[in-house]
Amino acid sequence: MSGTSADEIRKHVKVYVMVFVALMVLTVATVGVSYLALSIPLAILVALIVATIKGSLVARYFMHLVGEKKAVTWSLMLTAVFFCLLMFLPLFATLDHIGQ
Amino acid sequence: MEIPYTVESREDTGLNNVKLGIWLFLASEVMLFGGLFSSYVLLRVGAETWPVGASILSVPIAAFNTVVLIASSVTMVMAWASLKMNDFGKFRLYLGSTVGLAVLFLVVKAYEYSDKFSHDLYPSESTFLAIYFTVTGLHALHIIGGIIVNGYFVGPGSKMWKTAPEQFTNRIEAAGLYWHFVDLVWIFLFPVLYLL
Repeated sequence: MSGTSADEIRKHVKVYVMVFVALMVLTVATVGVSYLALSIPLAILVALIVATIKGSLVARYFMHLVGEKKAVTWSLMLTAVFFCLLMFLPLFATLDHIGQ
Repeated sequence: MEIPYTVESREDTGLNNVKLGIWLFLASEVMLFGGLFSSYVLLRVGAETWPVGASILSVPIAAFNTVVLIASSVTMVMAWASLKMNDFGKFRLYLGSTVGLAVLFLVVKAYEYSDKFSHDLYPSESTFLAIYFTVTGLHALHIIGGIIVNGYFVGPGSKMWKTAPEQFTNRIEAAGLYWHFVDLVWIFLFPVLYLL
C-alpha cells in the first residue's frame, strides 16, 4: 500500500464510510434476529453467518486484504485451516461418550 | 547498519518487515482467541444446562459497545488515510478519536463487570460466567494494549512524522491492523456470548 496515491486513498475513504454503514445495519440485524426466538441451532447458524459477513467486511476493506500480497493471504489461509482444526478436533473428545 | 526492508518492500514477497510481522502476529492471536472460542464450544456442548446470554448479560449495553468499537475501527483507518493524504492534523484528530472511543468501550465494560460483581455474579459462580469473564477480560487487555500504543502514536510517537513520514505511516498501518483485529474478535464475541 506504500505506493498508493492520495487520489486512490480518497476513493478508499468513500468505501470506508459505506462499510461502516453496512456494519451498523448488520449489527442491528444481529440484535434483531436474536429477538425472533429461533431454535438454538438456527440461531447459532444465523448469528455466525452475520458475524462472518461483518468480519469479512472489516478484513477486506479496513485491513486492506483486498489485493494484499500472496505471502499474507497464504499465511492467513494456513491460519484458517489450523483454526478449524482447533475448533473441531477437541469435539472428538466428546464423541466417544466416555464418562457420560 | 540499518535494517533492510523497514520501509521498502522485499523483491520476493512484495512486503516490508512491518506488514509481514504484524500479520504473522495477528495469525498467532487468531490461535489465542480461537483456543478460547474452542473452550467455549466444548464447555457449552458438555454442560447439562446453559443459560441464555441475554438472561444474565445486558444486550443493549453490549450492542452500544459494538457500535463504539466499530466506529473506532473507522476512525483508525481514517487516521492512516489522513497520513497517506499528508494531513497530519486530521491524523491526530482521528487517532485521538480512536483512543477516546476505546476508553469509552472500557468504561462501559467496567460498568458491566461492576454490575455483575454487585449481584455476586463472579467467574466462580458458573461455567458460563467463567468463560464470559475470561474471554472478555482477555479482549479488554488487548483494548488496553491498543490504547497504550495508539496513545503513544498520538503523543510522543508522532515526532517520527517529521523525520521519517513513510516509516511512521507504516507504523500506523500496523497499529490499525491490530486494532481492526481486536474489533473483529468482538464482532464474534458479542453474538456468541450475549445473543445465543
